[in-house]
Amino acid sequence: MPQLIKDGAIVEDRWTLWREQPNGALAPDHPAIVPLPWWIAQRSAPLARGEVGVWLAPDADPQALADDIGSLPLIAVDFPQFSDGRGYSIARLLRSQYGFSGELRAIGDVLRDQLFYLRQCGFNAFAVRSERNLEDALRGLRDFSDSYQATSATPVPLFRRRIALPVTGDPNKRA
Amino acid sequence: MYRYDAYDHRFLAERVAQFRDQTRRFLGGELSEDEFRPLRLQNGLYIQKYAPMLRIAIPYGLLSSTQLRKLAHIGRKYDRGYGHFTTRQNIQFNWPRLEDVPDILAELAEVEMHAIQTSGNCVRNITSDHFAGVAGDELVDPRPYCELLRQWSTFHPEFAYLPRKFKIAVSGAQTDRAATLVHDIGIHAVRNALGEVGFRVLVGGGLGRTPMIGHVIREYLPRAEILNYLDAILRIYNRYGRRDNKYKARIKILVKEMTPAIFAQQVEAEWERSQGGPGTVPDAEIERIAACFTPPPYVETSADDAGFRAAVADNRAFGNWVKRNVFPHKVPGYAAVTLSLKKTGIPPGDATSDQMDTVADLADAYSFGTLRVSHEQNLVFADVPQSALLALWGELKALGFATPNIGLLTDIICCPGGDFCSLANAKSIPIAEAVQRRFDDLDYLHDIGPLALNISGCMNACGHHHVGNIGVLGVDKNGEEWYQISIGGDQGEHAALGKVIGPSFAAGAVPDVVSGLIEVYIEHRHEDEDFSDAVRRLGIEPFKQRVYAAAH
Repeated sequence: MPQLIKDGAIVEDRWTLWREQPNGALAPDHPAIVPLPWWIAQRSAPLARGEVGVWLAPDADPQALADDIGSLPLIAVDFPQFSDGRGYSIARLLRSQYGFSGELRAIGDVLRDQLFYLRQCGFNAFAVRSERNLEDALRGLRDFSDSYQATSATPVPLFRRRIALPVTGDPNKRA
Repeated sequence: MYRYDAYDHRFLAERVAQFRDQTRRFLGGELSEDEFRPLRLQNGLYIQKYAPMLRIAIPYGLLSSTQLRKLAHIGRKYDRGYGHFTTRQNIQFNWPRLEDVPDILAELAEVEMHAIQTSGNCVRNITSDHFAGVAGDELVDPRPYCELLRQWSTFHPEFAYLPRKFKIAVSGAQTDRAATLVHDIGIHAVRNALGEVGFRVLVGGGLGRTPMIGHVIREYLPRAEILNYLDAILRIYNRYGRRDNKYKARIKILVKEMTPAIFAQQVEAEWERSQGGPGTVPDAEIERIAACFTPPPYVETSADDAGFRAAVADNRAFGNWVKRNVFPHKVPGYAAVTLSLKKTGIPPGDATSDQMDTVADLADAYSFGTLRVSHEQNLVFADVPQSALLALWGELKALGFATPNIGLLTDIICCPGGDFCSLANAKSIPIAEAVQRRFDDLDYLHDIGPLALNISGCMNACGHHHVGNIGVLGVDKNGEEWYQISIGGDQGEHAALGKVIGPSFAAGAVPDVVSGLIEVYIEHRHEDEDFSDAVRRLGIEPFKQRVYAAAH
């Protein structure tokens, strides 16, 4: 079984990623990550299916999943090239605007040197490129001990902690 | 100046360790060229024509003498004994070895400096007014806000892989000395009717291949909301900016395609969700930062030093220098002095390590140990007592930094060009030198009056040629270097883009062309009319006729 990094550890990956639409019905005992367009077409159909997650392309609008946020166990965001930064904003929106609390997984061209920023933006699972060493990639999560900004991983920005101020802002507003 | 606390120091140490490891993995073959490129760029490291080039950040152009001595040392130890100050108030070294860069960054960290995000598709060094804190026309000292933005932009996890580079300039004065209208975001610190500080926010300006003037998208933003608002702008840009064509990837193209009004609406909607949240900056934090920018211990003196006045009257050369290179100070008895890095025969913006050491000593002796880099590629001592100007002038003359040409034709803004840069179509430094040699008569130069000549070696416009009163752009014609001339550009609050006068010229013709343009200006100008105003009134025709008639 392939492995990935999740919540700071190397774990077995139970999920099958369907880059194209799944061929045939999804097996109930076989968790599947399906493309957003396929999910939109199928989600209202009463399918016999097990766990399903959805992956988003970098140009996708997370608004499309607004009604599914509470029920989806996993959302993945694709990075066709690691230098395409749109997925970072998608993750921020999913976590803070839509309140997604399930597994948020980076897929595609996922590499060690981007992991810290990805985690700050809300990803907690990283399907690092298969030929790369996961132990090595894990170190990327520890590049920095903190960050200046208000992020998903560090909701209280440094400038509030530095001056030892509580978060006085409206709790319903996001960072 | 801002002083690092334990957090700032730790981040910097972690960054140096990160890049040391990345460099090791690249040299060891674990990281490919493509994987390493954005990592090294975000640490200021380019692979240039002949060698790597390292661009070191000078946040909003502010330097201590200690930091300048460190730069001098780096030039001597790792380079060829000189550095080049840039139009983004940074410094570049043209000959470091790739393997040495982690050590250079470690040395910089000792003096609270770095090369973070001086290149790459991320938020770059924040630039500002080189007379911040001392100018008489200042509404708000922009430096604490620049520092707030420096920290916000440093390692911003969401915006490290933008469609393209992103430049922010902040001005707090009536006169815009930071070119805010030609930045991705321009920020004007202002006060509302209650005297509270806020910001006017502009987006979508820029030079390069498609020069544009920025649009105001918000007239007044409360200062506490600046980071939330910037996050909103950057998020819209990160999601929707074009990534299919690097020449259409800057935010100015997105703003134009969406229209500034629609872009502003989207930003406001995004900001609505974060307004008043954790990213809202408490007054206490602004005060913490602002405490680093309190005025130095000025000595109370009369506004007018008798010895100084006498020296100006007696000594014409000193008087010329005072007229061009000394800027009034808001504190009576003090002045701001520009050190001209535009001596004929020296590439504009260059300084040797020995000169940097001497400048550091002079800063200690004359200006409270600090200095600034201007985007015109000069250095500034912001706090010099009037009574010390004559002595300082003597020292600067000996150093070669007293050319009385600030704001004049020979104070040329110039990119490194084809002598160093692999992007350039043509050389720019020899053109600057040829023009400086043509206009070496100081009386004539002063008679021409304020005039900005800007030279870029290619469309990327690092020499800001579009906003030069006279702009020179190097172009490639069948493998030969030619120069296209534009006139009527302007920076500051009346920013305007120059108009191309016609077909380009060979390198040797450029001084004649500039002479011809100046002659037409002098013949036709009204009293106190500057060059670009004259171009606006006369149109480009009379200029064109003169230079092309002469060329045939």
